[in-house]
Amino acid sequence: MSKPKVGFFSFTSCEGCQLVVLSMADKLFDLLGAVEVVNFREASSYKGEDYDVAIVEGALSTVHEIEEIRAIRQQAKILIALGACAHIGGINCIRNFDNQFEIKKSVYGDKVANFDSILAQPIDAVVKVDYYSRGCPPNRDGEEFVEIVTAILQGKKPYIPNFPVCVQCKMKGNVCTFHKERPITCLGPVTRAGCSAHCPSYGNACIGCRGLVEEPNLNAHQETLSGAGLTVEESLKFYRMLNGMMEVGK
Amino acid sequence: MSKDININVHHVARVEGHGNIVIDVQSGELKKVELQIVESPRFFEAMLRGRRFPEAPQITSRICGICAVGHTTASLRALEDALGIEPSEQTLLLRKAVLEAEIMQSHVLHYYFLVAPDFFSVPSVIPLAASHPDVVKRALRMKKLADDIVTIIAGRHPHPISMVVDGFTHIPTEAQLRDALKQLKTMLSDDVPPTLDLFASLKFPAFERKTDYVALKHPDEYAYYDGIIHSTETGETRHRDYKNKVKEEVVLHSTAKQAKGPFRPYMVGALSRFNINSDQLMPAAKAAAQKLGLAAPNYNPYLISAAQVVESVHNIERMIYLIEELLRRGLKDETVERQTIAGWSAKLPPVKKCWGVGAVEVPRGVLFHEYRIDDDGLLSWANCVIPTGQNLANIEDDMRALVPTILDRPQEEITLLLEMLVRAYDPCISCSVHMLKVDFV
Ligand code: SF4
Ligand code: SF4
Ligand SMILES: [Fe+2]
Repeated sequence: MSKPKVGFFSFTSCEGCQLVVLSMADKLFDLLGAVEVVNFREASSYKGEDYDVAIVEGALSTVHEIEEIRAIRQQAKILIALGACAHIGGINCIRNFDNQFEIKKSVYGDKVANFDSILAQPIDAVVKVDYYSRGCPPNRDGEEFVEIVTAILQGKKPYIPNFPVCVQCKMKGNVCTFHKERPITCLGPVTRAGCSAHCPSYGNACIGCRGLVEEPNLNAHQETLSGAGLTVEESLKFYRMLNGMMEVGK
Repeated sequence: MSKDININVHHVARVEGHGNIVIDVQSGELKKVELQIVESPRFFEAMLRGRRFPEAPQITSRICGICAVGHTTASLRALEDALGIEPSEQTLLLRKAVLEAEIMQSHVLHYYFLVAPDFFSVPSVIPLAASHPDVVKRALRMKKLADDIVTIIAGRHPHPISMVVDGFTHIPTEAQLRDALKQLKTMLSDDVPPTLDLFASLKFPAFERKTDYVALKHPDEYAYYDGIIHSTETGETRHRDYKNKVKEEVVLHSTAKQAKGPFRPYMVGALSRFNINSDQLMPAAKAAAQKLGLAAPNYNPYLISAAQVVESVHNIERMIYLIEELLRRGLKDETVERQTIAGWSAKLPPVKKCWGVGAVEVPRGVLFHEYRIDDDGLLSWANCVIPTGQNLANIEDDMRALVPTILDRPQEEITLLLEMLVRAYDPCISCSVHMLKVDFV
């Protein structure tokens, strides 16, 4: 079989996901042996339109982006959502909970009508996504992304844990952030593991960048958060930092 | 000579993000020069409104994957300026080290991956990997060491984890720092000389246009983390008065807000910093500038890339200095004695209504964050002025000066020279949307 052709595409994002992929240095060289990169705007001025695998970073936040993702889906045999913006909307969805017209006006004043902008959405709100590489940025410094792509190339289903970050946090022997001398509230109990509890291991809280586990115990978590001193409104804001889309059924 | 030229470069490649260049020449007369930013607007300032103040660095880090540490640092400095917090000496040393690492990481990525392909006449770094594997491997090695240093100190690049208000939630071990130190010294002796040989051999396009150069300036060091706003044309401005120097305007052809000085467009970034602060460079960086033939003041924007090479040498030397200093003092966990207010600390300390500004040099120039905090600890207003936004008007002025001098050349060459000019500025579009294709219409 000839090498699968891969295209990278970027929507509303910080482009950090592409950078993490780019910094996979040695691993990237191995992958480059197995695939042909035909579209990688940040790294190349050659734009091939012929690709089998589309790797997409970023959330959708303009009408134009929605048209583009539909076209990409038509062309691609496999579509991988890369990072939290593409997977769950990520940081971009914070603004969905404010008055959109007011927001645009506050930035662009009386020129507000000239800017194409809609509510921020993850990729699968518009088209089918085949695989997700989670995290903000993709976890374990991109290692998981390489594992996922390798599995796909070998025709295997990539392994993604479906238990909470807390499990890996305990395995690492961290002091729970809720129990520190100066407690920090954490989304670890409801967030899908796979990052080796990266943030708690660096003394900070999980902010939910891998999205929720299937069937999260949100009621129990809500009690933990309010027990630690967060109001309901604050808890909601915490969830909405990267997981704003969960409230519309993700 | 009368000539019509329409250039329309859609999505200039090898810049961070999406932008277009539009040039319209009718009968030899330049009618239109535009640098369009077509990235989706992101509304970070609006996102911050109503959030708890210590969340700001975590949210604004996500403006840009390349200068995430820069945004985090500017954000922390704005908050601390507002709250009257003075971080410990150890925190300052650690923050300066991660900032140097990020600037080096960004510069290496830019001059090796995004600029160098122009000189080898290849579309990207990917064919270079086959034809010049040693060059690409060296670039990746340099970038990786910088990333690793951010990781051991701040947890991750991009989007640092442990950098919080008044300190770090985690500190590196001395063994990690010793290992980094060893690698930095090897890099200075083994990877810097061939990098300088390569860039000294490249012929940068000849073009000069003097403009207003703006950068932070500090009495004790080549300013990145701290300093007064210095302009070669208008003198000095305190960080809190940044608006006297910087004014944001919405321009119809871009979704980024352009910043213009009150007098005229100005340049920020590596060449500006070099022009203003070169006498404070570390010794190997000074020698590197000499080898590349770069002397201050220099008015050729194509040489921004050369200034980045010089700065990356300085970054390595500074990291060596900062890490040696940290090891000499010995590291200690300060999370209890200091406030170290993490984004989601269960309880926020009481605050009074206040405001503050953080001004920090990031890879592409000086970055400002300004916040207002209310009595309830929530952000009531925020403003971020991004380096690329500040450079846009200056790039357009450069194109206006350059195009008439190269009209007799073939359209492809004009296009390439314009693309190279824009790439030299290393525009960060993710950042400025809050830019690049050449459209000769
Ligand atoms: S998921 Fe995070 S790292 Fe990736 S593009 Fe979005 S904000 Fe950047
Ligand atoms: S701990 Fe949470 S926020 Fe941090 S990397 Fe893991 S899932 Fe993401
Ligand atoms: Fe940036």
